[in-house]
Amino acid sequence: MRRIPVWADVVLIPLINLALAVFVSGLVVLYIGESPIKAMRVLLQGSIGSAYAWGYTLYYATNFIFTGLAVAVAFHARLFNIGGEGQAALGGLGVALVMMAWDWPHWALALPAGIIASAFFGAAWAAIPAWLQARRGSHIVITTIMFNFIASALLVYLLVNHLKLPSSMSPETPSFPPGAHLPTAHEMLGWIGVRFPKSPPVNIALPLALLAAFAVWVLIWRTRLGYEIRAFGHSEEAARYGGISPVRIIMLTMLISGALAGMMAVNAVQGEAERLVLDSVQGAGFVGIAVALMGRSHPVGVILAAILFGMLYQGGVELEFEMPAISREMIVVIQALVILFTGALDNMVRIPVGRLFMRIGRSGAKAGTGGNG
Amino acid sequence: MDLDIVLQLADSTIRLATPLLLACLAGLYSERSGVFDIGLEGKMLIAAFFAAATAAVTGSAWTGLAAGLAASLVFSMLHAVASITFRGNQLISGVAINFLAVGMTALLGHTWFRQGGQTPQLVGAARFHAIDLPGAAALADVPVIGPIYAEVISGHSVLVYIAFLTVPLTWWVLYRTRFGLRLRAVGENPAAVDTAGISVPLLRYQALVITGILCGIAGAYLSTSMNAGFVREMTAGKGFIALAALIFAKWRPWPALFATLLFGLLEAVGIRFQNVEIAGIGTIPVQFMQALPYILTVVILAGFVGKAVPPRAGGEPYVKEE
Repeated sequence: MRRIPVWADVVLIPLINLALAVFVSGLVVLYIGESPIKAMRVLLQGSIGSAYAWGYTLYYATNFIFTGLAVAVAFHARLFNIGGEGQAALGGLGVALVMMAWDWPHWALALPAGIIASAFFGAAWAAIPAWLQARRGSHIVITTIMFNFIASALLVYLLVNHLKLPSSMSPETPSFPPGAHLPTAHEMLGWIGVRFPKSPPVNIALPLALLAAFAVWVLIWRTRLGYEIRAFGHSEEAARYGGISPVRIIMLTMLISGALAGMMAVNAVQGEAERLVLDSVQGAGFVGIAVALMGRSHPVGVILAAILFGMLYQGGVELEFEMPAISREMIVVIQALVILFTGALDNMVRIPVGRLFMRIGRSGAKAGTGGNG
Repeated sequence: MDLDIVLQLADSTIRLATPLLLACLAGLYSERSGVFDIGLEGKMLIAAFFAAATAAVTGSAWTGLAAGLAASLVFSMLHAVASITFRGNQLISGVAINFLAVGMTALLGHTWFRQGGQTPQLVGAARFHAIDLPGAAALADVPVIGPIYAEVISGHSVLVYIAFLTVPLTWWVLYRTRFGLRLRAVGENPAAVDTAGISVPLLRYQALVITGILCGIAGAYLSTSMNAGFVREMTAGKGFIALAALIFAKWRPWPALFATLLFGLLEAVGIRFQNVEIAGIGTIPVQFMQALPYILTVVILAGFVGKAVPPRAGGEPYVKEE
C-alpha cells in the first residue's frame, strides 16, 4: 500500500489534475485559433475582476455548493448520485408550489418555507432510487439517471398543462409574490452600509450554502450517523458486521443528498428567477459531480471547487462576448476535462506521485536508520 | 385505426429504433465484458457530428460514416484507457465522455461552420438515402403482405439494415464463437479468464472497440440518414434510452431488438398522436409517453417484472493477482 501524504492527496494531486485539464483546454483554444493566455485573462477578468463579476460568480458557486455537497455526501457512502439534476428540478417545483400558495408577507417567513419545500421535494425524488437500491438492489446510478429524465418530462408536463398562466405562451409560472423575494447581496450589504452592484443575483442563499457545507462537515465527521456513512462507504461487509443497517444508511444518505440538491432551488428559483421556468437547473446537477470530485468530497474542497466552477461559468459568458470565436460550450469542455482528469484518470497522476513519495520516503528512511530500510 | 396508420407507425418505429438498437448492442459488448458504459450518448453524439461534418465537406456519406466511426472509436478508447488501464471509475469516465461530446461538438461546429453549432444541410450523396429492396414495387399490390414489405421493410437506408443484421451477428458472436464465450466469462469472472491464460485487459479493449464502432454507426445514422445534418445535442437522451433497453433486455441480443423496437414504438406513437386518448382512462399526455421507457426500466430494475441482473464483474476494474 503506497502512502501519500495528506497534503499531496488533497492539494497536490487535484492541482496537477486541474493543470492537466487547463492545459488540454488551452490546446483546444489554440486549435480554434485564439490565444489561450488572452482567453484566460478574459475569463479571470470576467469572473473575479470586479464586484459585479464576483456577484455572478458567487451566484453560480452557490448552486454548485449545493449540488456538489449532494454528490459528496453520497460519495462518502460510496453511492454515486448522478440524479442531482432531477432532484434540483423537483426542488424548484417544491419552491414554486409553496411560493405561489400564499401571498408571503416577508422573506423571513418565505425563506424557511422555501428551504423546507425544496429540501423535501429533492429528498422525495431521491428516496425512490434509494429505496430501490436498498431493498431491491437496483443500481442507483441507472435509476437516478432514469429519474432525471422522468423529472424533466414531469416538469414539462406540469409547466405546460397546469402551472403556466393560460394567457402566457412560455411554459413558466407567474412571478412569485413580492414577499417571497429573497434579499440580494446588494440589499444585505446595504444594511451594513457597504455598496454592492444591484444586478448580480447572488443572494442570501450563499450564506445558506456555506451553512449547509458546515452542517455536512459536522454530519460526516462529528456525528454517529456520519461515522456509519463513512464506515459503510469503506466496506459494506464490515459495516454490516458492525451492526450498521445498510438499508438505513442508504436511505438516510440519499435523503440528505437529495435534500441538498433540491435546496439549490432556493438560490436559482426563489432567489434569482423568482418564478419556475423550464430547465431551471441548467446542468448544475452535473457540475456537482465535477465539484465533488475536485473537492475530494470534503465541504471545504467543495466550496473551493464550486467557486472555481462559478468562475468558469461566469467567465465563460464574458469569454463568449469578448472572443466570439470561442463559443460558450468551451466551459462544458473544461468541465468534462476536469471530471476526466480528477475522476476517471486520477490514477494516471496518483500512481507516479505515489512512486515518487515512496522513493523519497525510502531514501529518507535510509538516511535515518543507517540503511536498514 | 386503419391499416395505413399501422403501417406508418411500424415504419417510423423501425426508423426510430435503429439508433437505439445500435447503441444498445454497443453497450452490450462493453457491459458483457465487465465495463459499464454510460457514455453511449456521448459517443453517438461525437460520431453524429463528425459524420455530418465530414459528409458536408467531402460530399460523401460513406466518408462521413468512416469519420464518425473514427471519432466514436477515439472516445471509446479514452474510456478504455481510463477504466481498464488506469482502473478509474467507469461511471465517472462515462459522465466525462458525455460532457466532452456535448462541448466539443458545439465548439467545433461553431469554429468550422459558424451556423450556431449546426453542420450545413446534407444533400445528394452526402446523405444515406432510402433503398428499395428487390421486388418492393412489384409486390406492393399484393394484399397485406405487399404493403408491409413495400412500406415497412423496404425503403430504409442501408444503415438500418446493418443495424438489424447486427442482432443475429451479435447473437452468433456471443454464443457461438470462442471470443463470445471469453467475453461473457470476463464480465462474470475475470479471475477465471485470467487463470486460463487469457488477457483480461485485451479482451475488454476488444469489446470496447466493437462498442465504439457500433456507437459510430448509430451516430452517423442520426445525422446522415435520419436527419440531413447535425444539430446540437441531437442525441437527446437516446444513449440513455439504449442503456435502458439494454437493462430491459437483460444484456441479451434478441431481447435487445424487441426492447429497442418497443421504445421506438413508444416514441413513434408519441410523435404521431401527441396526446393519446384511451377510452375509460382519459388522455395520456405526450410527456408520459416520453418518460415511459425510463419508467419501464426502473420497474424492470426493481425486479417487479422479471429481475435484471447485470454481469457480475461489471464496473469493477480488474486487478491481477500477484
